[in-house]
Amino acid sequence: MSTAIALRDVTKIYRRYGRRRQFSTLKSAILSGTMLSDLRPDETFPALSGVSFEVQKGQTYGIIGRNGSGKSTALKLVAGITKPTSGTVSVDGRISALIELGAGFHPEISGRENVFINGIMLGLSKREITRRFDEIVEFAELEDFIDAPVKTYSSGMYMRLGFAVAINVDPDILLVDEVLAVGDEAFTHKCLDKFSEFRRRGKTVLLVTHSLGLVERFCDEVLWLDAGRARADGDPRRVVGAYITAVEQREERQLAQEDAKARDSVEASASGETGTTLEAGAKDEPPPDMFRATEGRWGSREVEIVGVRFVGEDGSGGHVFHSGERVSVHMQVVAHEPVEDFVFGIGLFNADGVCCYGTNTSIAELVGDRFEGTGEVTFAIDGLDLTEGTYKVDVAVHKRDGVPYDYHRLLYTFRVKSRTKDVGIYRPRHRWEFGGGIRLRPRIGE
Amino acid sequence: MVRSLRQLVRYRGLIQSLVARELKARYRGSVLGFFWSFVNPLLLLLIYSFVFTVVLPGTHPKEMEPYGLFLFCGILPWSWFSASLSESSVVLINNGNLIKKVLFPAEVLPIVSVLANMVHFFFGLPILAAFLIYYAAPLQAGELVWFPVIVIVQLVLTTGLALLLSALTVHFRDVKDILSNLLTFWFFATPIIYPMTLAPGAGRRFLNLNPVTHLAISYQEILFYPGPFGHWKWLVALGVASIVVFFLGYFVFDRLRDSFAEEV
Repeated sequence: MSTAIALRDVTKIYRRYGRRRQFSTLKSAILSGTMLSDLRPDETFPALSGVSFEVQKGQTYGIIGRNGSGKSTALKLVAGITKPTSGTVSVDGRISALIELGAGFHPEISGRENVFINGIMLGLSKREITRRFDEIVEFAELEDFIDAPVKTYSSGMYMRLGFAVAINVDPDILLVDEVLAVGDEAFTHKCLDKFSEFRRRGKTVLLVTHSLGLVERFCDEVLWLDAGRARADGDPRRVVGAYITAVEQREERQLAQEDAKARDSVEASASGETGTTLEAGAKDEPPPDMFRATEGRWGSREVEIVGVRFVGEDGSGGHVFHSGERVSVHMQVVAHEPVEDFVFGIGLFNADGVCCYGTNTSIAELVGDRFEGTGEVTFAIDGLDLTEGTYKVDVAVHKRDGVPYDYHRLLYTFRVKSRTKDVGIYRPRHRWEFGGGIRLRPRIGE
Repeated sequence: MVRSLRQLVRYRGLIQSLVARELKARYRGSVLGFFWSFVNPLLLLLIYSFVFTVVLPGTHPKEMEPYGLFLFCGILPWSWFSASLSESSVVLINNGNLIKKVLFPAEVLPIVSVLANMVHFFFGLPILAAFLIYYAAPLQAGELVWFPVIVIVQLVLTTGLALLLSALTVHFRDVKDILSNLLTFWFFATPIIYPMTLAPGAGRRFLNLNPVTHLAISYQEILFYPGPFGHWKWLVALGVASIVVFFLGYFVFDRLRDSFAEEV
């Protein structure tokens, strides 16, 4: 196997111009004699720093990473549209880049003429295009519209035609930048089939995408870019796994911040420091319609919930859990005076505000005896059987007749992650069983 | 640079189709179509003919009669020259999306602007021919063979300037504004509405520095004035200078090329 694409220690620095540069013109450049220094940027921004990777011929290579991590820059460097600031990029074979579909289509002229011009621009000869023309049009499903001006096309038609031309350039190396989201379901399948065909014919594909499923399904190797640096590369499952963990950690921090912010704003309004009440009853009275209420806190505060945290299977606190994990909710409570009439409650809501589950100690047939001083209440969930999504939590301590001591409405957030793409809210523990003449096998790769 | 030039030859098919597209797209949807190519020069022709034969009669010497024909010999090539430059000065910015997303030699774009305007110029030639026949202009076959030479010199010169301007505009957006004003000045600094012979000594030296002067005089001498084409030495010198301008423009373009994808 030989190398199709090789990047060695590639750094790409973009210029970022400040205010001064924006308003400086040729006149001022000449007048102040700063013609040359003005061409130098105020600030530089490394889009890629010291990135190396190699793609062997016939491989499908994926690049993943957050927005702004340098994925598209890497692709443009491989395509030769921009040059690296330092390091070398070497490419062996004819390239076709699906960076932006239909770039260069002229709106006023017909699809037919645009196919020819776009094809020539991508490196085909006129004869090659004539030979493939029917195939292109058929692939784009535009037989009836090919002679209409492109400006009359819908955006889906435009993208389909762009894709059809680019894929028919018959490159040795195909660069794909997040373009599979074009067209309807059926067209996406057609595109994926075309990729599979590419792979079978031993062509090289460099794929930039946010679709981790696609990466795991198609790619032989994956590179994970983070802020312009290579964080990991190699086996797709391992790299994607590491990437997901990092995303979870980041979400974890974000959720913790949001939680703290929500509580702070409620505290601030409750103590009256801000002078305005965020919502009706935020101070001590419950809102008129409790189920409509957004975040808030109310109650008489003889008993107070002073801290809430989630603990996952690994025993450490957090905000991001896997579906099915053992999770517990811990409440630190303080009784400012001894009480005998008290009920602890909890409610789980999904992002749409649907109550997934709600219960309290009274429903659980437990009656408060006495509570004084401080204490801890744990609501232990053996299996967090929820589908992927963000969930909010209500916690409360109130009297048996419902009069609240301290009600925390939607102040706590956690996220459930899942590797399967099932739908709904609740995931019952389940398995599939088959009898008779039915046989299935696990899908691996494909 | 040599490699870029060789690559450019490979892309001649693209240039061809883009010129065709440019022409088609320009007239698609307009009722009068190609007629619009002639409207601007014809309008200029009418205005100047009116001003100099009706409003200010007798301000031009006998040698400039018929005045309409004299004007036409200069205005037609001038339209090609000025439209090419003003279009190519913004062509890279207007096609920024293309430059950022598709790999192809960017010099194709200004070259297409120049060539598309050259085709317009050619479309104007039948009208010029009609004028020549109508006024029974003193044409000579020996002079007319110079016509393609003048066209080629103008093409090389215009292309060189177009490359230079298009590349500079990417970095200094005011080039296009400077250019639009400069072209107005340039038009009057070229013997198009007046003959070179009317210019005083100092003015003539100044006009001689203007390369377009020699193109205009060459067109006028072979099409309008009787007698031998005496300006050919200037034309040959201009041809050499044009080649220098072309390579200079191409050199600057080539040097700035890598910055286009980031700056447009």
